[in-house]
Amino acid sequence: MSLRDLPGARERRVATGGIELCVIELGDAARPTIVLVHGYPDSKEVWTQVARQLAEQWHVVLYDVRGHGRSTAPVPLRGGFTLEKLTDDFLAVADAVSPDRPVHVVGHDWGSVQAWEFATVSRTEGRIASFTSMSGPSLDHFGHWIKQRMTRPTPRRVGQLLGQGAKSWYVYMLHTPVLPELAWRGPLGKRWPRILERLEKVPPGDYPTPSLPDDAAHGAWLYRDNVRSRLRRPRADAFAHVPVQLITPTGDIFLSEQLYDGLDAWVPQLTRRSLPAKHWVPRTRPDQLASWIGEFAAVNETALRDGVPVRDTAPQGAYADRFGGQLVLVTGAAGGIGRATAFAFAEAGARVVVVDRDAEGASRTAELARLIGAPAAWAETVDVSDEQAMEKLAEKVAAEYGIVDVLVNNAGIGISGSFLETSTEEWRRVLDVNLWGVIHGCRLFGKQMADRGQGGHIVNTASAAAYQPSRALPAYSTSKAAVLMLSECLRAELAEKSIGVSAICPGIVNTNITATTRFAGTDAAEEQRLRKRTSKLYGMRNYPPEKVADAILRAVVRNQAVVPVTPESHGARFLSRLSPGALRAAARLKPPL
Amino acid sequence: MVSRVKDERAPELQGFREVQRLAYACAEAVAARLKPGVTEREAARMQREWLRERGVRDWFHLPFAWFGDRTAFAGFKVPLQFFPTDRRLEPGMPFILDMAPVYKGFTADIGYSGCLGLHPLHDRLLADLEAHRALILSEVRERRPLREIYEDVERLMIRQGYANRHRAYPFGVIAHKVDRVAERRWSPHVFGFGTQSLKGLLSDAVHGHRDGWSPLWSPYRFSDHPPQPGLWAVEPHLGFRGTGAKFEEILVVTDSRDPEQSAFWLDDDLPHVRRWAEERVAA
Repeated sequence: MSLRDLPGARERRVATGGIELCVIELGDAARPTIVLVHGYPDSKEVWTQVARQLAEQWHVVLYDVRGHGRSTAPVPLRGGFTLEKLTDDFLAVADAVSPDRPVHVVGHDWGSVQAWEFATVSRTEGRIASFTSMSGPSLDHFGHWIKQRMTRPTPRRVGQLLGQGAKSWYVYMLHTPVLPELAWRGPLGKRWPRILERLEKVPPGDYPTPSLPDDAAHGAWLYRDNVRSRLRRPRADAFAHVPVQLITPTGDIFLSEQLYDGLDAWVPQLTRRSLPAKHWVPRTRPDQLASWIGEFAAVNETALRDGVPVRDTAPQGAYADRFGGQLVLVTGAAGGIGRATAFAFAEAGARVVVVDRDAEGASRTAELARLIGAPAAWAETVDVSDEQAMEKLAEKVAAEYGIVDVLVNNAGIGISGSFLETSTEEWRRVLDVNLWGVIHGCRLFGKQMADRGQGGHIVNTASAAAYQPSRALPAYSTSKAAVLMLSECLRAELAEKSIGVSAICPGIVNTNITATTRFAGTDAAEEQRLRKRTSKLYGMRNYPPEKVADAILRAVVRNQAVVPVTPESHGARFLSRLSPGALRAAARLKPPL
Repeated sequence: MVSRVKDERAPELQGFREVQRLAYACAEAVAARLKPGVTEREAARMQREWLRERGVRDWFHLPFAWFGDRTAFAGFKVPLQFFPTDRRLEPGMPFILDMAPVYKGFTADIGYSGCLGLHPLHDRLLADLEAHRALILSEVRERRPLREIYEDVERLMIRQGYANRHRAYPFGVIAHKVDRVAERRWSPHVFGFGTQSLKGLLSDAVHGHRDGWSPLWSPYRFSDHPPQPGLWAVEPHLGFRGTGAKFEEILVVTDSRDPEQSAFWLDDDLPHVRRWAEERVAA
């Protein structure tokens, strides 16, 4: 669906500085306004999905930058695309659509480069309420960034310079005369949609528009009119006078993350977000963008009204930039590693769905999660081994809370005892929970993630027992080895959907699992004794589940495949590759219980 | 002498009640004077001066003050870290004041948790301490071994989602005995502990060792005995991701056969108990 066909879309033309801009408005004009500015070589259609979602609650305004889409181009082109003129355009649009209230600006790529100018020059003061920047640095900040690294070149700084220098190859190309125009109007323009689809995984649709060759040819002047002059003489007063939300796609092939290292010096109120995605996030991650843009605008609307600085309300936990506002589902979260994981995500500002058989424990986890920073947390009482219950849960979560961004299949039970003494019933129970629980989770929620097509992450809790054989844990190790291999296979399959899969192998962690472990071939009294004994040993080892939770968050951020956590788990993993014979010998030892 | 207490009207208890109230009054007075920028050392000195002005000359231990994530003993490795530091109080920070004055020969040991400004999580922790006060009393009345009670308290904390932070105290104690102390003109302190009180504790430890009990209520084997009659300063301490809360007050254990009289809290009119009652009324 194209922009103009969206329900309630109004088109108007705004005259400014000898040209006419094509402006589209969506949503109720009485509400606060969000202005979306597109990049190069795009037109406002790049925002279609984001705009549609935002229009439900905001007055959304999009315009084609001069020379792009259905806006007219300045004559002559040279000198017609300076940041000063682009600022005039923005002010003309803002005055037309929201004459008496400041607007929230969102920019992607060159839209963000220009919006940095809007947010840092004094003549826009009072016209901008907030600014969300993605994939487009301020040319002034960039100029200072280069200067700092040239004047004091440490090895790291030289590396950063060379890295970004290589990523900017297209900028040099665009400075050549005529060639870019010829390429865009010729073969490149024709092949561009396929290139975007293949390299950037941009789903096909109403974008790019047929005007692409002209947009790209005109837009080359954005670079020619501004880049050299600004990088050579960056403004010394480019301080942002509005709160800024910086969204950094971590897989951007044009901009390195280090560009924003010193940004706090320029922006007094900076909120950082990071997103595992490539450059064209408005097309590949519209849901996440819409939610972050809406949330940031809402916080700033409240701040404008009440005079509370935004910074104080942001979550403080590790990786808050990555997980803020995301939906995380953790199974087995009434205790142990699951509970600690739910808390760690809550501290990072994620919304958490707490799943467990134990209703009381689950609601307790949800309650505490809300107290430490989760904007929302819900407890769901479900046995992960129950297929129908899991299906119902998946439907409910999708309908009421949304599509899960991070799924943690953590629920598991312990079973110990020799193989010959383990009954089929005991086998069934442990496989039902430890393996089938994970399968159900991956199948149902993984499918929702894949269908949405905007990435995500699945974490499965395996165990060091997945690669450390042992005569004491045949059934448990089997179930966990299956989880490990399932994770590896799933990782291969879901990679093309940008969904990461990690298997966590904790090792000996002080949790409640020992107190509920079934010891095959023992009577109740002996089982009780063994439970007490193992709990005591695990207590003496005393490795806290919080550290496993940290490892889980890190694994999601880094998209790690297999993550051993405790030193013994690392050791076993290392030995399993270096000298499996040693592990086999160790497997024959009887545990001292 | 104290171990012969039969019921809560015993005259000896009056002295303990008096000093415990005095200590809590000090905690409330000092807490009311805490402002952003006050350091732990200053808060400890405020407690000390307040009590000295009111006649306290000796200590079981000198006053402690913990601010921010030090209320949960985050990163505590050695006992020296318990001593007050130059950490400054900031708005929204939780704090704990802990003092053990000796007054007219009677000892109290109290812990007071508070917060500078609103802190919903801290409120939750304080509210959840109520279950521990009830659990400890009921299990002591059942004469369960102290070590098992300790484990039950820890299990309840884990079920509540918290970490047991009294494990960080010396010997991991949840409680220790307090007793009357001889009033001497000169009573120095070592590492913050009054020598007279330490002497009492040590003599209890020696006697107890012969009879199979210990004045320290710990998770270890030496606490695997039923509650010993006497006065126990009980201090369950919850911690949750950088926020901690505790109370500490005296539990009287007697050798009475009547369960009601066999163990009881010395005083039910204390700030945290009143707070729980107010919360119940509000709910």
